[in-house]
Amino acid sequence: MAMNPMEQFAIKPLISEPVLHIAGHPIYFTNQALLMIIVAIASSLFLTLAVKPGRLVPTRGQSMAELSYEFVANMIHSATGEDGLKFFPFVFTLFIFVLCSNFFGMVPGSFTVTSQIAVTLALACLVVGLVIVVGFMKHGIGFLKLFVPHAPWYLLILLIPIEVISFLTRPISLSVRLFANMLAGHTMLAVFAGFVVSLGAAGGIYMGVALAPLLLIVAIMLLELLVAFLQAYVFAILTCIYLNEALHLHDHH
Amino acid sequence: MEVAAAKMIGAGIACIALVGAGIGIGNVFGSYLSGALRNPGAAASQTTNLLLGFALCEATGLFGLVIALIILFT
Repeated sequence: MAMNPMEQFAIKPLISEPVLHIAGHPIYFTNQALLMIIVAIASSLFLTLAVKPGRLVPTRGQSMAELSYEFVANMIHSATGEDGLKFFPFVFTLFIFVLCSNFFGMVPGSFTVTSQIAVTLALACLVVGLVIVVGFMKHGIGFLKLFVPHAPWYLLILLIPIEVISFLTRPISLSVRLFANMLAGHTMLAVFAGFVVSLGAAGGIYMGVALAPLLLIVAIMLLELLVAFLQAYVFAILTCIYLNEALHLHDHH
Repeated sequence: MEVAAAKMIGAGIACIALVGAGIGIGNVFGSYLSGALRNPGAAASQTTNLLLGFALCEATGLFGLVIALIILFT
């Protein structure tokens, strides 16, 4: 084995001294923290600077910013209806953060923030926490009706536990989906890159054979770009669907 | 049996989860195509559901892959 394909996900402190201590635990400035800061700064700088001039005929940058705005606004409108639009800032921030982290992770040699379950689980808990808060603020204790589908009473004995469990597993499924997709994609790229290295090192006829995994990496890279966008999209639209349930319970179809 | 060998076998078994994901993704796209060819007018409005179905399907298979990776690398 030339190199461990999981090595790229290792979190390393960039400054050997802990930055601060919280309750006795040392807090390090890691490559993950650096990438998250880069993602946050780059995306917010791009989105603000691109629309700053406010041209009537948009440039390419302004078009990209406006298109992403419209895309998310349409998504929220179709999934949650009119009153979901007040959650636009939250969903937009979430979408752009996940999308930019996925795309920054595709740059060779960088680090994929969303391949860490700590990050995705925190994002998913934020979403589900918001859904619970919104639901109880809008409907009060009636929010618990979310767990009671329209069914005869003898089926409810079975259905209510299922509904509760499916609600409680939402943060897990939401976070593991994003994290597993990123982890699997990048591991696959590293494994195929390992094939190229070991075939190239073998020399002779194997150098020619090494071309096949190399071309395959290019194709997988394209697929990964699609997956990077798709996972950000799915994360955002599932957020919208969960918010829709909190806002409208069962009456909105 | 040695622990290392058992780990390898376990990781291989965990990857069987991807069979289901493959069947599911094929089903999602196949059903979409057959529906879209019957009624091309309604096809564009269903891309959201298509992508959602694809992602949800793929994720279930990847859960198995994650188990395999956890077995192998921890």
